[in-house]
Amino acid sequence: MAAYIARRLLWAGFLLFVISCITFVIFSVLPAGDPAVARAGRSPSPELVEIIRVQLGLDKSKPEQFVNYIADILPFLGGNGINFGFSYQTNTDVLPEILERLPVTIFLTTGAVILWLAIGIPVGMLSAVKTGSWMDRLAMGVALLFISAPVYFLGLVAIFLFADDIGRFPILPGNSAYGDADSLLGRAEALIMPWCVLAAAFAAIYARFLRGNLIDTLQEDYIRTARAKGLSERRVVFRHGVRAAITPIVTLLGLDIGILLGGAILTETVFNIPGIGRYAFNAINLSDLPVIQGTVLFGAFFIVMMSLLVDILYAFIDPRVRY
Amino acid sequence: MAARSPLQLFWRRFRKDKVALSALVFIALLILVAIFAPVIRSVVGIPDPGERSTDALDAFGLPLGPTAAHPFGVDDIGRDILARVLDGARLSLTVAFIGTGLSVLIGVTAGMIAGFYRGWVDTVIARVIDVLLAFPVLLLGLGLASACSTKEGCLGGALQPGRTIVIFIIVLSTSPYVARIIRGQVLSLREKEFVEAARSLGAGNMRIIFREILPNLVAPIIVYASLFIPANILLEASLSFLGVGVRDQPSWGQMLADATGKVDSAWWFMFFPGMALLLTVLAFNLVGDGMQDALNPKGNKQR
Repeated sequence: MAAYIARRLLWAGFLLFVISCITFVIFSVLPAGDPAVARAGRSPSPELVEIIRVQLGLDKSKPEQFVNYIADILPFLGGNGINFGFSYQTNTDVLPEILERLPVTIFLTTGAVILWLAIGIPVGMLSAVKTGSWMDRLAMGVALLFISAPVYFLGLVAIFLFADDIGRFPILPGNSAYGDADSLLGRAEALIMPWCVLAAAFAAIYARFLRGNLIDTLQEDYIRTARAKGLSERRVVFRHGVRAAITPIVTLLGLDIGILLGGAILTETVFNIPGIGRYAFNAINLSDLPVIQGTVLFGAFFIVMMSLLVDILYAFIDPRVRY
Repeated sequence: MAARSPLQLFWRRFRKDKVALSALVFIALLILVAIFAPVIRSVVGIPDPGERSTDALDAFGLPLGPTAAHPFGVDDIGRDILARVLDGARLSLTVAFIGTGLSVLIGVTAGMIAGFYRGWVDTVIARVIDVLLAFPVLLLGLGLASACSTKEGCLGGALQPGRTIVIFIIVLSTSPYVARIIRGQVLSLREKEFVEAARSLGAGNMRIIFREILPNLVAPIIVYASLFIPANILLEASLSFLGVGVRDQPSWGQMLADATGKVDSAWWFMFFPGMALLLTVLAFNLVGDGMQDALNPKGNKQR
């Protein structure tokens, strides 16, 4: 087990290193524009551009720039902590800006996760137990509809229908309500609509996934054995079937949480929620490359960490996993 | 009586699924609409997607809703939404088909080489697949697309923002899945008796790969392609929605982004491109589901 965990840790470290290299290539080697000019603002003097070039270390060779970049993002190498660079637009340090927005994104993700598990798992279980019934077909039809709808379109429709300022049935706080809210309760209220929209798509995926898994599991020999022993159908389905069918959900959930924590960019954009995703979106609009680079690195870090966590967790909950 | 090929069996089962079959008809119509978009425009009598009809804006410069002249209304600078939705279909389908097609080509080639030759080739390919699958490809793709979306482009201007980058991201995120699936299939197919029979008759590797193994992969390739196409349509739309996808021609995602601030004053602006996107992806998903069922008929279905 210890060897397995060590291997997974090494793998995650390797992935993070490769991702850092690729990020450097994407943001420092590929773009044809001159970062010093982008940083200098409107119609700068050549002297200013030159000063900035030295400041940003762009006068050094690419390999030297790469070493400096790696030293900046590795906490134990950097002289003054982790440094993701400075925004072209506001000249602020990118990492603190991201960390400041992290709680918003965590709040959005947590609520949505609770909601989609609370909907997706029971629906998937009922659909699997009653395969082919009208309820199963209705649920799977609705699920396919939600899977096919992009989250930003659902968001726009939800705002059009229910937002309290412009909605046709004004019952929920709408666009940008989060930024205006001044209490925790107010913020939670502002997130009701984003939570529902985000959860709708994921609940649909989880319901379909669990249904498929459970149907397969219920055809296994050990389920027949359990039935033959005379166990109640309820016990067979819940204790024997669901327990095996639900473990792959852990993997799915871990990866989805990792992706969302790195910035639920589409949802945050549509609802104007000031999280990491919205920060990245604004940066994209302004071509603020250091900010985009920072959010990409940060998001990649979450994805790799969550998949590491899932791999280790999975080894504990599923005894069939080989170490 | 000739034996039915796996593909014929597959089609016979698929045909029984009425919902999937209707979705397939819908997709066929959609492809025709996309190909003949300019013809449809002139028949319906709507302007080109880029043309600004100022007469379709009211006295305050706000767009008017659906009228006889503009069945889907116009956007905030007077461009006809129907014309743009039609052109969006062209773009969406082109990008998704080319991207998925290239992914299948690369994935099948890599998967067949790895699965058939095994040994060190397999080890290398399998490792590359592992790394790519563990990668936040979409996130890095978003980074790549935005880094190249400055006016100078990438690689000294060689890699310009737009369709090329979107297709590149699609290939990068889709082909490892295809390769993994195909590799698994080939690993088991190469041990089958008919391969051994072909080999004992003196067939070379190339003949075995193309005449014995490939035909058995056609049905799964079609199924997985039909599942990847809707995902890639959504990917293109999302990148365009974020402003790093296609910008020089109408795209559904980009239209939805433009409509974001005008949900209240002009509902048609977000409704029609959104519905086009939703229905297209839904149709592909229905076909994909139907094909998957036809490929792996479960015991609980009537055959």
